[in-house]
Amino acid sequence: MAVSVDSSAQFENFAHPERLVSTEWLQAHLGDPGLVVVESDEDVLLYETGHIPGAVKIDWHVDLNDPIERDYIDGEQFSRLLGSRGISRDTTVVIYGDKSNWWAAYALWVFTLFGHPDVRLLDGGRAKWESEGRDYTTLSATPDQVDYPVVERDDSVIRAYKEDVLEHFGKPLIDVRSPEEFSGERTTAPAYPEEGALRAGHIPTAQNVPWGKAAAQDGTFRPRPELDALYRGEAGLADGDDIIAYCRIGERSAHSWFVLTHLLGFENVRNYDGSWTEWGSAVRVPIAKGTEPGGIPAK
Amino acid sequence: MTHLPDSLAQIRDDFLDLEQSDRLVLLLEFANELPELPERFRDHPDLLERVEECQAPVYIFVEVGEDTVVHLHATAPKEAPTTRGFASILVQGLAGLTSQQVLDVPDDFPQTIGLSEAVSPLRMRGMNALLGRTKRQVRARQAA
Repeated sequence: MAVSVDSSAQFENFAHPERLVSTEWLQAHLGDPGLVVVESDEDVLLYETGHIPGAVKIDWHVDLNDPIERDYIDGEQFSRLLGSRGISRDTTVVIYGDKSNWWAAYALWVFTLFGHPDVRLLDGGRAKWESEGRDYTTLSATPDQVDYPVVERDDSVIRAYKEDVLEHFGKPLIDVRSPEEFSGERTTAPAYPEEGALRAGHIPTAQNVPWGKAAAQDGTFRPRPELDALYRGEAGLADGDDIIAYCRIGERSAHSWFVLTHLLGFENVRNYDGSWTEWGSAVRVPIAKGTEPGGIPAK
Repeated sequence: MTHLPDSLAQIRDDFLDLEQSDRLVLLLEFANELPELPERFRDHPDLLERVEECQAPVYIFVEVGEDTVVHLHATAPKEAPTTRGFASILVQGLAGLTSQQVLDVPDDFPQTIGLSEAVSPLRMRGMNALLGRTKRQVRARQAA
């Protein structure tokens, strides 16, 4: 790894503590060679209003999604994007953002599709940095162009397609949306726009664990015992489980994927990014309504 | 009949004259220019209508004067500069227009100002909703 890990005591109980850094650590390491800080937000203009000095911006819509097809960018596009942000393959990348790192975790998940070796989250994200009165700048970073290799995206390990979900019944499915979306009262998060799902409800057998339960009031991740109680206790997940998480377009479930994989140490977790906007509009797939997971559908 | 008033046409041209990245800078300027709500609304949040289609909480209120001139008031948090920018474009672009002129603004105005690439088409829907709800309030005031 290019830059030392944050060995703060608050992370030591997590399965992969090297995936998190604290605001104190980041403050102390700003400007270190081999470190690039990336801001990734829901709001495309938030970076411009002020950001951590030196941070570059990567937007989930404009940068990470293919402009034509509903898919992520490919290896060539990723290589161009990262090279333009001054990130090379051995760079330590720390991502932070708004909404308890919801979009930052999504960006981290996409980085992982390309196997970027050292990518971490700033625990608490923008809100914590801001609440501690730390520096912001409105000066856009102007990184030197560097070479990032063209690496083929690998969807086989942490990404699930609709077909994978259809084959998955009987193994744990986690629906990380709000209870209202899960039960079928509505197709989008409360206070969010409709994004075109034609049916409401959830994928049969899915447990509902809203993503935000993993975040504390200040936007940091909850401590290990609380996360264990939530996912191993309430949701009944066990070591060795093959798990698929989904939400509406795969962003909130990327946050839960991070928690399950890097904080709790589950080794087979996939994010179904088609999520409800695909499932809820697909023809002839089973749907369950109400607050109960529902049984395994007959083939 | 739809007709684009000069004020909105000017805003559109200002955006289209810029490179993509500078369009975001202009949108941020709009966001910073969104006027504070008049005091009578600050004490009466119940008067404001929430625009559900926007990701960030944004509230609007439309007044129509006796001269039929429309006054649009809007508020959105500073953590949602894109939404503030959209609201501010409409507040400035609709200023001084009559209710009929507001109703005549083409519904696809947000798609014509060259922001879809920089901001993403999905996010532009929030601005369509702002315009749509503004028109609906204008119609409601007309009928009252």
